[in-house]
Amino acid sequence: MSAFKSARRLSLPTTILRHAVLLCTGALILAPFVWMVSLSIKPASEIFRVSFSFWPERFYGIENYTKALTEVPLPRYMGNGVLVCAIILVLQILVCTPCAYVLAKLRFPGRDLLFSMVLIGLLLPHQVLSLPLFILSYQLDILNTYAALIFPYVISPFGIFLFRQFFKTIPDDVVHAARLDGLSELAIVWRIMLPMALPALIAFSIFSVVGHWNDLFWPLIAVRDQSLMPPPLGIMVFKNEEAGNDYGPLMAASTLVVMPLIIAFLAAQKWFVEGMTGGAVK
Amino acid sequence: MASVSIDGIQKNYGPTSVLRGVSLSIADGEFLTLLGPSGCGKSTLLRILAGLEVQDAGSVLIDKRAVDGLRPKWRDVAMVFQSYALYPHMTVASNMALPLRMRRLSAVQRLPLVGRLLPETARITAEIDVEVMRTAKSLGIGHLLARKPGQLSGGQRQRVAVGRAMVRHPAVFLMDEPLSNLDAKLRVQMRAEIKELHQRLGGTFVYVTHDQAEAMTLSDRVAVMVDGELLQVAAPQDIYVDPDDRRVAEFIGSPKINMLDGVVRERGVVDVAGSALAIEVDAIAGAHITLGIRSEAFHFADHGGPGVLTGSVRMIEHMGSDLLVHFDLAGVDHLVIARLLAERAPHIAVGQTLHVGVRPDRVLLFTRDGRRLRREVEAGRASVTPIREIAR
Amino acid sequence: MSEPLCLSGVRVEHSAIGGARRAQIPATPPARAPAVAQTLVAWGLAGPAVFFLLVLFLLPVTGVFVIALSDWQFGARSLSFVGFANFREVFVDAGFRASLLNSVVYVLIVVPGSVILGLMIAVLIESGRSLRSFYRAIHFLPFMATLAAMAIAWEALLHPTIGFVNQALAVIGLPTANWLRDENTALPVLAIIGIWQNLGYAMVLFLAGLKSIPQDLYDAADVDGADLWLDRLCIVTLPMLGPVSMFVVIVVAVRAFEPFDAVKVLTQGGPGHASEMLLYTLYRESFEYLRTGFGAAVAVVFLAIVVTLTLVQARIMGNRVHYQ
Repeated sequence: MSAFKSARRLSLPTTILRHAVLLCTGALILAPFVWMVSLSIKPASEIFRVSFSFWPERFYGIENYTKALTEVPLPRYMGNGVLVCAIILVLQILVCTPCAYVLAKLRFPGRDLLFSMVLIGLLLPHQVLSLPLFILSYQLDILNTYAALIFPYVISPFGIFLFRQFFKTIPDDVVHAARLDGLSELAIVWRIMLPMALPALIAFSIFSVVGHWNDLFWPLIAVRDQSLMPPPLGIMVFKNEEAGNDYGPLMAASTLVVMPLIIAFLAAQKWFVEGMTGGAVK
Repeated sequence: MASVSIDGIQKNYGPTSVLRGVSLSIADGEFLTLLGPSGCGKSTLLRILAGLEVQDAGSVLIDKRAVDGLRPKWRDVAMVFQSYALYPHMTVASNMALPLRMRRLSAVQRLPLVGRLLPETARITAEIDVEVMRTAKSLGIGHLLARKPGQLSGGQRQRVAVGRAMVRHPAVFLMDEPLSNLDAKLRVQMRAEIKELHQRLGGTFVYVTHDQAEAMTLSDRVAVMVDGELLQVAAPQDIYVDPDDRRVAEFIGSPKINMLDGVVRERGVVDVAGSALAIEVDAIAGAHITLGIRSEAFHFADHGGPGVLTGSVRMIEHMGSDLLVHFDLAGVDHLVIARLLAERAPHIAVGQTLHVGVRPDRVLLFTRDGRRLRREVEAGRASVTPIREIAR
Repeated sequence: MSEPLCLSGVRVEHSAIGGARRAQIPATPPARAPAVAQTLVAWGLAGPAVFFLLVLFLLPVTGVFVIALSDWQFGARSLSFVGFANFREVFVDAGFRASLLNSVVYVLIVVPGSVILGLMIAVLIESGRSLRSFYRAIHFLPFMATLAAMAIAWEALLHPTIGFVNQALAVIGLPTANWLRDENTALPVLAIIGIWQNLGYAMVLFLAGLKSIPQDLYDAADVDGADLWLDRLCIVTLPMLGPVSMFVVIVVAVRAFEPFDAVKVLTQGGPGHASEMLLYTLYRESFEYLRTGFGAAVAVVFLAIVVTLTLVQARIMGNRVHYQ
């Protein structure tokens, strides 16, 4: 019956009003993005002129973006971001999936205890744990290394929770059939459950990557060395060093940091919305 | 109360044609059922009647007044939905009162708080309450008025949905599979109640279902729809005994009617599966036709001979007084089902050879493309289809 | 630390597969104690997760409480418990009080702002058919854009002389301000950025809620005579969104207690304490001033707030079935 959905027609004035309001709010929402891109292609002389136009008289984009990429280790920041996000994601999937499977499909003493541990983990805001985690990384002597950026996120209680919810919707008979076919429990996790949970896997991957690409709080604590910084931290340092005098390259760098996720988002909007709200909606 | 007339309704969803020119008139006070398999367009037709969908072509008249382009509100129809569509946050009383409030109170009077202060509001609201109470009592749900739909059983919700439709005395009741969410026992009970309701209210009912039993027991007339086309509109018994179209014959009746291909040998004789049946057909020799034989048109025969089909038994279903015998016939690629009296066919076993006779007057004849061929006797000596046309 | 553990995890994997293969060989499989075997397999599979949950969540959270209740400082070899001394210190601290108050003010602006705007935009988007995903994408964009970088864009937008905001205000003849350096405007401006960021989140949650309203209800309202947009909104849409709305309020409230990036990049809590909020206080006390006891106490306060909200939310989610 979904073919009937929204068969209702709006009257013409209502339609116009709808578009008018949404275009206005949309424009306000986009203002910072537009301003950022606009400044990133202007020369300093135009930026500091008190008059505004969004399009520059003299296109200075190439100079600004070149400067952002060469004078600051921006490629390095981005590389760090990719590396850290990728390792975190792989480790989270490796650690969380078997645990989620066990919680969803096996019955054993201590399962409720395990699940309540996961729920407690889900309840804790990560920033609260930062002080002990900082001490821990100090004790392990990994401060100011990639390992320090990665280790607090090796496990994601949200990931366990999400996968468990999804695994629960897979019929038990699938597991029984796989066992009869001679698969080990571990093989069931990787070869049966995870492929079947592809939507959850994609949603979780987006959630994880977006979260860690954007994270500023923990990197600020964990690393001091510029060569280890992920993009948010790097760009903040860049901003503080430039002290706001060289707006063009700074805006170019910001644009470059924001861009990968935005492009991915526009390409796979539905998945992003699902990934970033999945936990909330379910 | 009103008559309904539907004329040449067409509806497409993109490239798929859901209704292909449906015309139908429904008399004042009639109970008409739209019957068809799911996806045949019957619900869409009902929604077009209600004004929830707009047809691409054709027009709808309610009480001889064209209602095309009118919103549902102005059509004087009420509808009972498959899901009941009760407002979950409102009490039963508010659910039933809503259609009256929307009609009798102005937009200002409906405002919360402010509306209540207006002079007429209290009087009208009191009137509405009285009517809701009366309707609820007549449906046996008077004691449930303060509850919310979530606290009701399926049958009670169904009654509330009917009550919401009844309360404002619409010209036409539209019902979209209203019983399909109930369990089998309740469904039979509610079926009787709806029938009783129709007799009591005397309104025009248009009822959509895919359940033959509902259609047969409730309706004055049944309209059979398949693939967006109206195939036949007739009284329930005629739909079964005298279908116009092969698809109607196949859709109605359980077990499904047996369809056997035959060739006219000579006047009065048709060759079917290696036997010659004495069936009166006004046709030239060699014409290809299809014979529709319902399972109960067969009877047990002790031995083969003219007018008897012979096959081997594949499966037997015991139905109490009857047996449903599935058997193979030479040259027929599907099993044929015969309903035989158990006492007349005592020792039938799987694998055994079976002889069944056929009552010629119960055989329905179709052209190979599915049109009904009426014999001259039935058709009042007027040949319906010149048989030469169908000769290959 | 993570690498050797990861390796051992891989080794567990191999041995488990090998074990399963060997188990197939005997003609009569060991019939005894399948329950014990299942338990071992279960804990084996969950082992890495259990380890990391303990080390990365349960141990640290205990640690926060221990530090908050003791006199431990960085580098100290021993500690003694001092009861609630750290908390007393925290609650008499003018900076913390300002921070807590600011957080509350911020939440009281951001939550209604995000929820009401998000609801409005969601209803508008869903009420028509054209450009739905376009509008959804635009409004959701800030929620997933890197806030540290966007804060820099906001700073440019709000720049006292060359910023678009002041230039626009000057053109229409309205007073301008040094938004981020003025103690009267710093917090409201951060709150506006918070709304800008979170309304898309609220919107998306509301859109999901709107989608789950059965079309039949709108049809029924239509037949019942409620066919004006406003009637439909009042009779079907808003009541049906009731449970979702409560949920959205809480979820956004939890997020609104956690602003950090914009504060760190734009104001560093200033001027004075005008825009200091809980997470920033937690960060600065713990990692810049290295006042561990103080920082841990702030963390505990912060934790208490977030956990309370989340538990309230769990209660609401539990009661959500009342429309079934």
